Amino acid sequence: MLPALVAVGFLVLPLVTLLQRTPWSTMPARLVEPKILDALRLSLVTSTIAIALCLLLGLPLAWMLARVEFAGRSLVRVAVTVPLVLPPVVAGVALLTAFGRNGVLGAPLRDLGITIPFTTTAVVIAHTFVAMPFFVISVEGALRAANQEYDVVAATLGADRWTIFRRVTLPIALPGVLAGVVLGWARSLGEFGATITFAGNFPGTTQTMPLAVYEALQVDPDAALVLSVILLLVSVAILALLRERWLGQAAQ
Amino acid sequence: MNAPAFLEAEIVVRRTAHTLHVALTAEPGDVVAVIGPNGAGKSTLLRSLAGLLPLDRGTISCDGDTWDGPGTRTPWPPQRRNIGMVFGQHLLFPHLDALDNVAFGPRSRGATKGQSRRTAHRWLERVGVADLEHRRPHELSGGQAQRVAIARAMATDPKLLLLDEPMAALDVGVAMALRFELARHLADFGGVAILVTHDAIDTMTVANRVVVLDEGAIAQVGTPDEVAQRPRTEHVARLVGLNALRGRSTGTDVRLLDGSGLVSTTPFDGEVFASFQPAAVALTLDEPTGSARNRWRGTVRSVVAHGAAVRVHIDAGAALIADVTPASAAELSLVPGRQVWAAVKATEVTVYGTAAEKSGVPLPSRHV
Repeated sequence: MLPALVAVGFLVLPLVTLLQRTPWSTMPARLVEPKILDALRLSLVTSTIAIALCLLLGLPLAWMLARVEFAGRSLVRVAVTVPLVLPPVVAGVALLTAFGRNGVLGAPLRDLGITIPFTTTAVVIAHTFVAMPFFVISVEGALRAANQEYDVVAATLGADRWTIFRRVTLPIALPGVLAGVVLGWARSLGEFGATITFAGNFPGTTQTMPLAVYEALQVDPDAALVLSVILLLVSVAILALLRERWLGQAAQ
Repeated sequence: MNAPAFLEAEIVVRRTAHTLHVALTAEPGDVVAVIGPNGAGKSTLLRSLAGLLPLDRGTISCDGDTWDGPGTRTPWPPQRRNIGMVFGQHLLFPHLDALDNVAFGPRSRGATKGQSRRTAHRWLERVGVADLEHRRPHELSGGQAQRVAIARAMATDPKLLLLDEPMAALDVGVAMALRFELARHLADFGGVAILVTHDAIDTMTVANRVVVLDEGAIAQVGTPDEVAQRPRTEHVARLVGLNALRGRSTGTDVRLLDGSGLVSTTPFDGEVFASFQPAAVALTLDEPTGSARNRWRGTVRSVVAHGAAVRVHIDAGAALIADVTPASAAELSLVPGRQVWAAVKATEVTVYGTAAEKSGVPLPSRHV
């Protein structure tokens, strides 16, 4: 009983003190500061693009892992899981070795006139790299939990694989996919280490909210509090929005 | 050689327990019941016909198309086979309402959204749940959901309808009502229906052919009446509620497997089943002195109501079933554990050979 209470207090207290210390009176003025708006916009845009990439590439991967038996499947699953436990800074360094100016892929790309590191593209890549494993693992779990007999029924009714996926598998696993989206998006929104290592900290192009918070903390602690509260509110709002949807579905 | 049958299948599938090896043919309008104990291979048979399980050997052809066999490079996948399948659990798509569940098949086979929904609506009317077409599966009762599932399987106008214990999950009363409806739908059905069931009544009311599976092979083939009157496996005998004891007959004397003897009035030489109705078994507390020549001493195992009678299971070496009137059940105070004598007149015993049709013999069709 007591340890449980301590745990709750431990998790809740810092958020309460954060709200309590926030200079609410100057909040409106701070909100329209271009630097903050830029960071917020950049964070929302890059996280959203990252999660879109997760959906585009990660969803088929999750489906393969859940439904298709192929050689080396468990190996692929391990490979997908590694970035999940990798320290984000290490992820950033690894991304530099791949896409950096002298990286294995970065060098030939630079010859084509494409530079990735320290651009907004790099932010998206870093976000996708850290968010994709969360997304894939969570969606694979949801697909596994969905009764495969529905796929079988759909096949006997004449549906091809794509139709089965689109009209049966995906809708039935939708709550799990949404959970994956939220997890991946939140992970991406809070991403710090890989971004600062691989994309740098340039206001307007690569300075996302967490980087702005970190920078502000050193020069203007009040600004850091404001930025933190904004991030907190955005996260909670998204969570509430999606929960509403789930609850609505469950109640139907 | 005759023209090929509408459905011709020879199915060999290796399973861990045994190899399923079944050959069957059927013509449009046939409703084939497949019965047998758990693990006999009934579901394996259905799933391989559907293309959900690969054949290890054999062929499946239907209406001139070879779905699987030496002539086809790869087996046709389920979606190409023109089948409909009904499962024990209704397995309606939980995110679609009844109408869209039934429309799913026609839509997947190329009909427009409007056409599919009209087809679905017609089918829901036929199975009597059109007023529930906008309900999701969890808002339907078990019987309603299974009606929708039957409509869904039949809405694509399949050539082969596969029903895998469709009543198994339903309450007894609901199952009884649905059984007669199903018989009516199948009577109007233009293809071949194959019904896997555990229920003797399903077999009697719905099917015109019965295939008895035992350990992966066909143990018996016949009309429901033939199989019910002369069951060739103890499983079917129990299923139809008949005493069928295995033994060896010489003239009218039958030596049963447990060593006891039995007398019939039908001379036969060889391995036999000696069968008699539960109602032909008379129970007494003392050794009977009447004309009945076949008698066993045994222990009552269970006593349950069975229609107007009381059905008594007796362990007398062989497992016997006796039907007695409630009055005599009370008079004998029949309870589990009670010692009784069971007697059967020789004239009540039917003796027939155990030699089963070999697997591979085609089903006789009512159209021949």
